[in-house]
Amino acid sequence: MSILNYLWIIPALPLLGSAINGLFGKKWPNKIVNTVAVGSTGLSFLAALEAVREFTRLAPENIPWVQQYFTWIIAGNFRAGFDLQIDHLTVVMLLVVTGVGWLIHIYSTGYMAHEGGYYRFFSYLNLFMFFMLILVLAANYVLLFVGWEGVGLSSYLLIGFYFLRKSAADAGKKAFIVNRIGDFGFMLGMFLLFKAFGTLDFVPLFAKAAPLPADALGHLGMFTVACLLLFMGACGKSAQLPLYVWLPDAMEGPTPVSALIHAATMVTAGVYVVARSHILFTHAPTAMFVVAVVGCATAFFAATIGLVQTDIKRVLAYSTVSQLGYMFLACGVGAFSAGIFHLMTHAFFKALLFLAAGSVIHAMGGEQDMQRMGGLGKKIRWTYLTMLTATLAIAGFPPFAGFFSKDTILFNAFKYKTFESDTAGLILYAVGLLTALLTSFYMFRLIFLTFKGKPRYDEKKVHVHESPWSMLGPLVMLALLSTIGGWLVLPAYFGGEDYFFRFLAPVFNAPEATAEPGGRSLEWILAGVAVLAATTGLAIAFSLYLRRPGKSDQLARSMRGLYNTLLNKYYVDEIYAALIVKPLLWISHNVLWQTVDVRAIDGTVNGLADGALGIGDGVRHTQSGNTRSYAVWVVIGALVIIAIIFWPSFRPTTIGVVR
Amino acid sequence: MNAPLIIFFVLAAMCVIGAISLILQRHPIHSALSLIVVMVALAGLYLLMGAEFVAAVQIIVYGGAIMVLFVFVIMLLNAGLEERTNFSKLAGFAGVPLAVALTGLLAAAVARSQDTVQAATQTGATAPTKALANLLFQDFVYPFELTSFLILVAILGAIVLAAPRGES
Amino acid sequence: MVPTHYYLILSAILFGLGVVAFVFKRNIITIFMSIELMLNAVNLAFVAFSQALNKLDGQVFVLFVIVVAAAEAAVGLGIIIMTVRNRQTLNVESVNLLKL
Repeated sequence: MSILNYLWIIPALPLLGSAINGLFGKKWPNKIVNTVAVGSTGLSFLAALEAVREFTRLAPENIPWVQQYFTWIIAGNFRAGFDLQIDHLTVVMLLVVTGVGWLIHIYSTGYMAHEGGYYRFFSYLNLFMFFMLILVLAANYVLLFVGWEGVGLSSYLLIGFYFLRKSAADAGKKAFIVNRIGDFGFMLGMFLLFKAFGTLDFVPLFAKAAPLPADALGHLGMFTVACLLLFMGACGKSAQLPLYVWLPDAMEGPTPVSALIHAATMVTAGVYVVARSHILFTHAPTAMFVVAVVGCATAFFAATIGLVQTDIKRVLAYSTVSQLGYMFLACGVGAFSAGIFHLMTHAFFKALLFLAAGSVIHAMGGEQDMQRMGGLGKKIRWTYLTMLTATLAIAGFPPFAGFFSKDTILFNAFKYKTFESDTAGLILYAVGLLTALLTSFYMFRLIFLTFKGKPRYDEKKVHVHESPWSMLGPLVMLALLSTIGGWLVLPAYFGGEDYFFRFLAPVFNAPEATAEPGGRSLEWILAGVAVLAATTGLAIAFSLYLRRPGKSDQLARSMRGLYNTLLNKYYVDEIYAALIVKPLLWISHNVLWQTVDVRAIDGTVNGLADGALGIGDGVRHTQSGNTRSYAVWVVIGALVIIAIIFWPSFRPTTIGVVR
Repeated sequence: MNAPLIIFFVLAAMCVIGAISLILQRHPIHSALSLIVVMVALAGLYLLMGAEFVAAVQIIVYGGAIMVLFVFVIMLLNAGLEERTNFSKLAGFAGVPLAVALTGLLAAAVARSQDTVQAATQTGATAPTKALANLLFQDFVYPFELTSFLILVAILGAIVLAAPRGES
Repeated sequence: MVPTHYYLILSAILFGLGVVAFVFKRNIITIFMSIELMLNAVNLAFVAFSQALNKLDGQVFVLFVIVVAAAEAAVGLGIIIMTVRNRQTLNVESVNLLKL
């Protein structure tokens, strides 16, 4: 039995787990809920592995491998089916989603052990896995959109998991609504693509699009508009400017949720869509430029906010937004494989960062404010070491995974040519480099504040203890992956092949900058510069937080204005509230509710009823109980009938004939 | 101006004066007597048109039976002068205009149809009673039998209605 | 000869007068008599048409109308007697039990 024929099993297993836990889990002990949830995800992971194994044996003509299961929509010429497909890109996403997802499930069994609603958590988590797998395996935009919306739903459910807390419920709503704004653009993009190509299935659509001429730079052709609309959806889902505001608030959810959904998988769906639609994007250089600029700007913007945040999860949230910006930067300059590579390594180290942060929070008994931590390194060694590994990875130190992926992105940005010049590429490179410096700085700031220095909490009140192995196991696993994950491209630096890009080449089949011969020395130089930036960031953090601990507060006081702006996230939420939310609420209340609903619709319906009452009131006067008035009504009736009967003879034409 | 026309106008005047008198009289017995005048005048008009049997039946049945019945009932009920109550405003306001409208409508219909109604084809011949009887008992025998049944029912109804209370 | 429409207009006038009496009089018996007046007006029209069209069907119909009027008068007067016994008055406005 070839699993390639039964691809639906991969998403169906978590769905089954979700249903079982959701329907029956309320009365079950934690152990059984665990088994169902972790087991279904684990089986899905195994199925994915098997699918990959069989995939590698397929002949090249069968790629992408598409399985059509049933027809979902038929309307005129439009057909959308429940079609799943596998190609190289799918393989990468599949392994990341199922693998990291499984590790996080295991972690959650330890983290959520004492929480209420245990079964509900795992039901939602499995539901999320189902939708994410649908998204990744989909063979047409419509099914992808189903998965897209589904992960948004799961995100809402999981962010608002502690729904009795108002801030959590509000955060869930905010995430869903902001996502929805992006989805509007995504849908318009889908409609436009359908209108242009008559189909939304990937294989035929891309085949039709490939030979068409590309849009001219600066010209808003069909490709450009469609790609910009799809990118708008990606901005919502992957938290880019201006739709990133939901991600920091999403930290209200439990930490495993932040790790899985808002670091490793859901937020990468936008990058996946852009990569999947790369044929469309390469036909729209304007759109790609926009993507690159937005990605770069977001990366820098979020990094600046992350510099001063005090909540450990907030720092990581802004870091996620920033790293997602890097992925879009990569896709924007044409290095799609680099973007996906960074997606993969980011999944490893960001999930690890979040899970380790969860471990810290668990150790501190629920404390999330870094200003009340300190000196934990000696007490929770495993957490400290794994988190340090992840920080080295994200800062971009070799030989950890982040170095390779970030370096490739910066290299491709450096060589980006658009508008007939190198200027754009150089600016993007410079900003990206600066962001790398900032990233290194704030991540090491986090490490130093949390694990080093003197404890800033009451040691008698808080008993810091290491987490159980159900939580530490995945941490170690992810640390390992963060270390060796980048080595797939290592040989390229020494004149060999980079295996990752070769793997993805059949999908992207565009010569990428790294394949150039003679570019080796430039690569080495840029790599060195990147490491220098990272080291600088580390040094500044060391100086400010370890050497002279008071210096950071001094700096904050002297640059009070800037500091407050950053601390308040550039007041973006407040601006949105004033500019968008308030007017919308006003319109909803006064126009839509009062005028349209109450006066127009209710008024019409009530008016009809009142009219009927009024007519009845008038007609009732004929029934007066008075015989003589009845007599009059009889005469009136007779008059009417006679008039009707004799009407033809009263018409002028008859008279004319008579005369 | 020929004789039939003069006779017509005389009889018509009698009809109309009788009808107006029926409206204007205050005691029902006077109204009944006015109605008798109208009926006799109408019988005269029928004769003028040559419908002798109908004229006879009009006098005998209408004048001799129905109006006598009315007079008897007026006597039985001790009808007095009419009261002056007026509870129906509608009748007060709308009555005259309505009647005028009705009459006007009918008259206008008649006037407009002068062309279709053949005038002055009166042959002067009298309608033979024999022909009428033939028509009645051959073509219209079914309605004839039904009307006899109707009369029977009316008699029964009248008796039941007017029987004194308290008797089983 | 008398033109037919003269008879018809007379019939219309008698009918109208009957309607006036029907609406304006308050004595039940008088109202009943106005109904008889209206029936007579219609009879006149029938006979006029019968004579104009030279067919006897109109007169046959007149006979039927007279018969029906007789039956109706008999039963109607019976009802009137009963009503008056209950109300002790001949005013038609005393028949107002359906009034709210």
